[in-house]
Amino acid sequence: MTTGTTGLAAVTARARELVPAAGVITDHARLRTYECDGLAHYRVTPALVVIPEDAAQLAGVVKACAEQGVPYVARGSGTGLSGGALPHAEGVLVVTSKMRSIREVCRADQRAVVEPGVINLDVTRAATPHGYYYAPDPSSQQVCSIGGNVAENSGGAHCLKYGFTTNHVIAADLVTPQGDLVTIGTAAPDAPGYDLLGTVVGSEGTLGVVTSATVRLTRLPEEVRTVLVGFQSTDAAGAAVSAIIAAGVLPAAIEMMDALAIEAAEAAVQCNYPEGAGAVLVIELDGAAVEVAEEYAEVERLCRENGSFEQRLATDPVERALIWKGRKSAFAAVGRISPDYIVQDGVIPRTALPEVLAAIAELSASTGVRVANVFHAGDGNLHPLVLFDETREGEAEAAEEVSGAILDLCIQHGGSITGEHGVGMDKAKYMPKMYDADDLDTMQLVRCAFDPDGISNPGKIFPTPRLCGEVPGRRKGAHPLVEAGVAEAF
Amino acid sequence: MTTTTTAYDAVASACDDVREGGPDDAVDGVPVGAVARPASTEQVAEVVRAAAARGLTVVPRGRGTKLTWALPPTSADVVVDLSAMDRVLDHAAGDLIVEAQAGTRLADVQATVGGAGQRLVLDETVRGASIGGTLATNASGPQRMLVGTARDLLIGITVVRADGVVARAGGRVVKNVAGYDLGKLMIGSYGTLAVVTEALFRLHPVPAVQRWVSVPVDTPDRAHQLAQAVVHGQTVPGALEVDWPAGGTGTLTVQYGGNPDGVEGRVATALSLLGAEAVVADETPAGWASYPWGAGETGVKLTFVLSGLRDVIEAAHEVGATVRGSAGTGVVHAALTDPAGLDVLRAVCGRHGGSAVVVDAPAEVKRSVDVWGPVPGLDLMRRVKDQFDAEHRLAPGRFVVSERRDLG
Ligand SMILES: Cc1cc2nc3c(=O)[nH]c(=O)nc-3n(C[C@H](O)[C@H](O)[C@H](O)COP(=O)(O)OP(=O)(O)OC[C@H]3O[C@@H](n4cnc5c(N)ncnc54)[C@H](O)[C@@H]3O)c2cc1C
Repeated sequence: MTTGTTGLAAVTARARELVPAAGVITDHARLRTYECDGLAHYRVTPALVVIPEDAAQLAGVVKACAEQGVPYVARGSGTGLSGGALPHAEGVLVVTSKMRSIREVCRADQRAVVEPGVINLDVTRAATPHGYYYAPDPSSQQVCSIGGNVAENSGGAHCLKYGFTTNHVIAADLVTPQGDLVTIGTAAPDAPGYDLLGTVVGSEGTLGVVTSATVRLTRLPEEVRTVLVGFQSTDAAGAAVSAIIAAGVLPAAIEMMDALAIEAAEAAVQCNYPEGAGAVLVIELDGAAVEVAEEYAEVERLCRENGSFEQRLATDPVERALIWKGRKSAFAAVGRISPDYIVQDGVIPRTALPEVLAAIAELSASTGVRVANVFHAGDGNLHPLVLFDETREGEAEAAEEVSGAILDLCIQHGGSITGEHGVGMDKAKYMPKMYDADDLDTMQLVRCAFDPDGISNPGKIFPTPRLCGEVPGRRKGAHPLVEAGVAEAF
Repeated sequence: MTTTTTAYDAVASACDDVREGGPDDAVDGVPVGAVARPASTEQVAEVVRAAAARGLTVVPRGRGTKLTWALPPTSADVVVDLSAMDRVLDHAAGDLIVEAQAGTRLADVQATVGGAGQRLVLDETVRGASIGGTLATNASGPQRMLVGTARDLLIGITVVRADGVVARAGGRVVKNVAGYDLGKLMIGSYGTLAVVTEALFRLHPVPAVQRWVSVPVDTPDRAHQLAQAVVHGQTVPGALEVDWPAGGTGTLTVQYGGNPDGVEGRVATALSLLGAEAVVADETPAGWASYPWGAGETGVKLTFVLSGLRDVIEAAHEVGATVRGSAGTGVVHAALTDPAGLDVLRAVCGRHGGSAVVVDAPAEVKRSVDVWGPVPGLDLMRRVKDQFDAEHRLAPGRFVVSERRDLG
């Protein structure tokens, strides 16, 4: 790759031709405001920031990057928690914050077409008057962008029942790393050919920049019941979760917080969770009113049988919001009880919950590093918050070690190093623990197909890039149409 | 190099069960050199490596129920028959996941997980289908409405690449964003990217009770209006199907699953939405989860956004096609006696954001029509194919797309 000032100068010049002046940033002080995403301990100042207003401008800038061999990184709202939008020191940061129009909301088709910079919650706001919403709901939904969601395959509390971003995106426009604008997927389901979209969603900006997404809208449920349940211990709460799932109930959400996480949330937002609880569950049921009533009776009983000491059913939207406030503010709240913390995102099979939580507690006890647990209990996605104080010698390292050990636990139990925050910069080094060399090599075949020069968000996801090489042209048994040069054979 | 002995000799020592291909092995009319029946992923890799070393083409076969789908391969030196890989490897009931070898019959997976009151929410649209073949063809049925299709259920996959390298992606947990989602890339790829050998799926509970509410519909407009009423309603249907025989009138059927009281209440609401002619059944209606075409007919998969339902049914009626499928998601299948109707169907689906792809048809029909039609993103697909199978030896020609078509 030929990077350096010449290439960059050419890209800058091209960007100035394409994008209005305010959207081309070269001033060092202003460049620095883009030096990190939500994972602030990784910082790199980009060489150039471009804020295009539409897909054509964006494609033009990427094309210039491709011609000059200059790397680029896409950025939405910069709330990512894995360093995915961490800039490249010699590259361009392409920011989608001026591409925020909701092009279409179609009730009849249960679809919306949005630009990548559109804020997640704004899709729901636009759909609500039609009786619909956009189901994937990351806790950051008031600020994060759809482009970022698509890149990270973001989840949220309600993904237990409704699935992740990948289950809700049906088509996208993509600027390829060659600077070409292509549509993948169709407005209708099951587009013919390979499921490129399924590969692009969750690819963390390494396969191109999404400039438009067609998303599925979900009918607002007739009834929602949210209940806050207090337990003496995480074991008891975990047993209740298993019992609910075993009974065949699929709640919209089951979230768990342990004592330390409750303490933090209480200090931050006075959510008034049950006093003395070793763990709380937030359980939400939704759907047809008659169905929800029946399921709720079952959930209430199963929690009681598994030792709940308090159950608080929200009776109106205000109470429901208060219950969720404690949960959704948990990450930030931990800042109240610890100056610094690492958010982990490991996943385990749900049945391994008691064992893994016990192991985390042991780890915490033996190292003296405090760990608060907030997680999507229904699908085993843990968010251990590993607490430390950077100003105190050795604490950051100790926290990093505990954090790594937790990921090892997840892998040992057949789980994943990341359930929704992505690999990014932060977890690339753990990828070889989860996948072997051949697995990683095979994934990178896709990278080579889309981005053979490796200029789209390089250094993320994969610890070592694959050399793409030339594709040999040997073919066997060509179809007559292909030999005649009028068709493409696969 | 495509003579029978060569293909057989090339792979004979790669696994225990290898034989020369006979007339019954032909893949959609294409003669087969050798049939290898490996018993493990490692053996599949051995076979594929042996074939690769000799530059032989390889066509995977599950249970052979959909071998005539898509275009016939241009060559099939070695068939990798996955029927010996027929085991459910793991059913973790508490985690609602199942892992099975690719040749396992979908019905056998259901029998295993059904014991724990669970199910893999994939319809067995063709009797005897394997899970590998179901993935390769992206087959779907009525249940796609609530939980989606294979892409929404597959959580982990093991494949053998064209060069014989074994690779895994995904894992044993439902929530996982580590690395690219290769499983999705394999779905619907008709064996042209890699041989799928094992798969992990998420499961769902079997509902306590199920009901089907059916209503006759005599005009496409009526079907359209009722379908819109159901999808925008609050009854949370598990499926919404239309069945419209050529030349006749149609039926809409809504399926509900859940708790006894809940289902009763939802059915009552549905009856009031659908009108006095609606009836309730507690058993699957005839033809449910099956494709409408018979031998000699041309089966076409039609996709469209929901607002296109009326026009699609009308067009099908016009060309004398039977249509059946998911009116609630915009994916139906048509049976054409005269393939000339394909262009009409393709045009109407195209106008409504979708496509019309010939799924199964007599060989002479497949030769005379454009089976795939326009494919958006074709150039990227070609690049993916070139990376995974540079020599185009895996199921070559199954997926042939005319460049004359508008790709947008
Ligand atoms: C308090 C808090 C709570 C959170 N809760 C959740 C949660 O519940 N669930 C969850 O999943 N995540 C959560 N996150 C993480 C984060 O919000 C998500 O990953 C989100 O999707 C990132 O969106 P963004 O717009 O901020 O993307 P950015 O951080 O700007 O970028 C993220 C990645 O996407 C790429 N990218 C951005 N835009 C595009 C585009 N248009 N095309 C291609 N690639 C692009 C970037 O290159 C980068 O790799 C949380 C974060 C915070 C700070």
